[in-house]
Amino acid sequence: MITFLIRRSGVMLLTAFCLTFIVFFLTNLEPNLEKLTKSEGNMRMTDTEVQSWLENNGYRQPLIKRYGEWLGIAPGWTRTHPETGKATGRCVKAGTAIADAPRFCGLLQGEWGKSLVFKADISGIVAEKLGHTGKLMLAVMLVMVPAALIIGVIAGMREGTKTDRSLSAFSILTTSTPEYVTGVIFIVIFSSKLVGLRWFKGTATTAMENATFENFTLPVVTLALYGVGYIARMTRASMAEVMTEQYIRTARLKGMSFGGVVVKHALRNALIAPFTVIILQIPWLLTGVVIVETLFNYKGFGWTLVQAVGNNDIELLLAVSVVAVFVVLVTQLISDIGYMFLNPRIRVN
Amino acid sequence: MERLTGLEITTRILQQFTPVWIGLAVILLLSVLLRKRLGLYGRLFSSPIGVAGLILVLFWVLTAIFADMIVTADHLSQVSGMKNKLPGWPVRGAEGEFYLLGGDNLARDVFSRMVMGSRVVLAIAPAATLFAFMVGITLGLPAGFYGGRLDTGLSFLANLVLAFPVILLFFLLVTPEIRATGVPLVLSGVLFLFPIIFFLLLFTSRFRERPGLLAVLVLATLILGGWAYSGLAFNADPLNVFYMDPNLLNIFVSVVFVNSPTVFRIVRGLTIDIKTRDYVAAAQTRGERPWYVMLWEVLPNARGPLIVDFCLRIGYTTILLGTLGFFGLGVTPESPDWGLTINEGRKLLQVYPHPALPPTFALMSLVLGLNLLADGLREESLKD
Repeated sequence: MITFLIRRSGVMLLTAFCLTFIVFFLTNLEPNLEKLTKSEGNMRMTDTEVQSWLENNGYRQPLIKRYGEWLGIAPGWTRTHPETGKATGRCVKAGTAIADAPRFCGLLQGEWGKSLVFKADISGIVAEKLGHTGKLMLAVMLVMVPAALIIGVIAGMREGTKTDRSLSAFSILTTSTPEYVTGVIFIVIFSSKLVGLRWFKGTATTAMENATFENFTLPVVTLALYGVGYIARMTRASMAEVMTEQYIRTARLKGMSFGGVVVKHALRNALIAPFTVIILQIPWLLTGVVIVETLFNYKGFGWTLVQAVGNNDIELLLAVSVVAVFVVLVTQLISDIGYMFLNPRIRVN
Repeated sequence: MERLTGLEITTRILQQFTPVWIGLAVILLLSVLLRKRLGLYGRLFSSPIGVAGLILVLFWVLTAIFADMIVTADHLSQVSGMKNKLPGWPVRGAEGEFYLLGGDNLARDVFSRMVMGSRVVLAIAPAATLFAFMVGITLGLPAGFYGGRLDTGLSFLANLVLAFPVILLFFLLVTPEIRATGVPLVLSGVLFLFPIIFFLLLFTSRFRERPGLLAVLVLATLILGGWAYSGLAFNADPLNVFYMDPNLLNIFVSVVFVNSPTVFRIVRGLTIDIKTRDYVAAAQTRGERPWYVMLWEVLPNARGPLIVDFCLRIGYTTILLGTLGFFGLGVTPESPDWGLTINEGRKLLQVYPHPALPPTFALMSLVLGLNLLADGLREESLKD
């Protein structure tokens, strides 16, 4: 058990290193750096000016070295300007001497850098936006998981009946409608002038501060609906399989009521498989979060990602990517460990 | 001229789809008549869900094929005075012509754009899925069959890609800047090699005893494959038959790249299961080589789940392409792509919902069809 955890965490760390390096490489491509230079300096810089700016700001070191600096495992660069003779460095803040600056300043030291778009410290931005998205995700989970489990259990309880058929059809329908389709249809039905229902609001900007039923329902339902079908189908398959087991028949023959069998014997075993699916839905929801937050103008994590990409905000994009990758890896680990605890048949040596 | 009523709009749209109805009728009639001889496809007709899915999918495939005959107007041309006009509005200055589903924000015909959009989706999604399957199969078979270090290494790589949030990968990979660095070229250079490797392995493992036939097949694969490869991956086809727009190549490669690790995992799992069967042991006792066993014993017996996954994956790829279009990644701004049209339409959704709705229903029905088809196929293939 312990060795499994250690090995699993080791693989996770290695994966995290590889992924962050890939992200670092892809965000620091030459054209992006040139764009960055021109937005930092001015738009009419000549090519040589761009090159010297990049040189003076440490962007011309080997990629591995820069990755190490950014991560905080390599000492930050220092450099004396060839003309003015002024000493600068990655870790040197304006107004402090180079001797006072720390040697390392990267992700691990909590130095996430400054965002160009929002003109603020990235760690603060990421924390704030994650809070908004966390609220959205919590609401989505509260709607999605119970709904999916109930649909799946009822459908799988009596396989092949009309209830099963119609619930399965519903599940297939929801898995076929991505968020940008559901969202658009919902906005038209529930908030446009044309249909005239106007029950809910088409934007969720106000929901960041004050989430009400009116402004939060549409984004939550849009996001939940796409996942519901998938989890429900998994639950149904798992439930249908459990219902054919010998011990269910034994319990029935003993004279136990159908409802009692379902609740006492079937549910426990039928919910193991959906558990992993639900946990793994979290990274899967990330795409949906980006779409829904853009669609409903809810300024959370996904919205920040779009802003960072759109404005070539390299440091912010890196920070957002690291958080996203971290979330994915941690959920995978949790799903593995949880599965092991829940399923007595699996023993990892 | 009067604006058309709802009933008139419906009849006119149904009329425009005439080639599709005829095609559908012919295909379904032939399939029902010959279903005894058509194997799994024929048995699909005993599952109502499968038939419903098949009809939806065929509808969009035929629409893509006959798109030129179906459209009522050019999907790019803007007619003055038709901006955001409601469905059934008569075209100004043209007698007897109507914008059946209205005009969009740039005064283009919504109906024609939806019809032409099916071409964009159906040109990329199945082909990208097929490539992803070639990659997944070529790597998944040996990983599952041999196990050991090869398996550990390949599985680690696959998990690496799978741990990448899809949307982030797209935002990083499908940008105009990245084309200048050649990353898509490298990716396409690697990924497009796999179909050639797959077919070479397929033929050499089977026809080793018949050198004449083998030579012909290998030569044909190398010439055809190399020709297509040079054109698609590097745009260096001397005859200019195979050509891919750099934007399209970027999308295509990214979609293949995202899908292949999942296929790899499925194939690997199936192989681990199937290699313990008696017929594999029999083939090995006969002295067959590993690649023969993998490609001609294991793979055919894994076809059921793979076909089902293929259908599901085309649907998933369609959703991905829509997502890309929704964020305006990699598509030209004028393209009739459904995702892009939805994104353009959503800006005026509260006032003019009609430009955004047709592509949403189109995308939904195509994916629904593919999912239903997969469900029907799964049911029928489990009956064996």
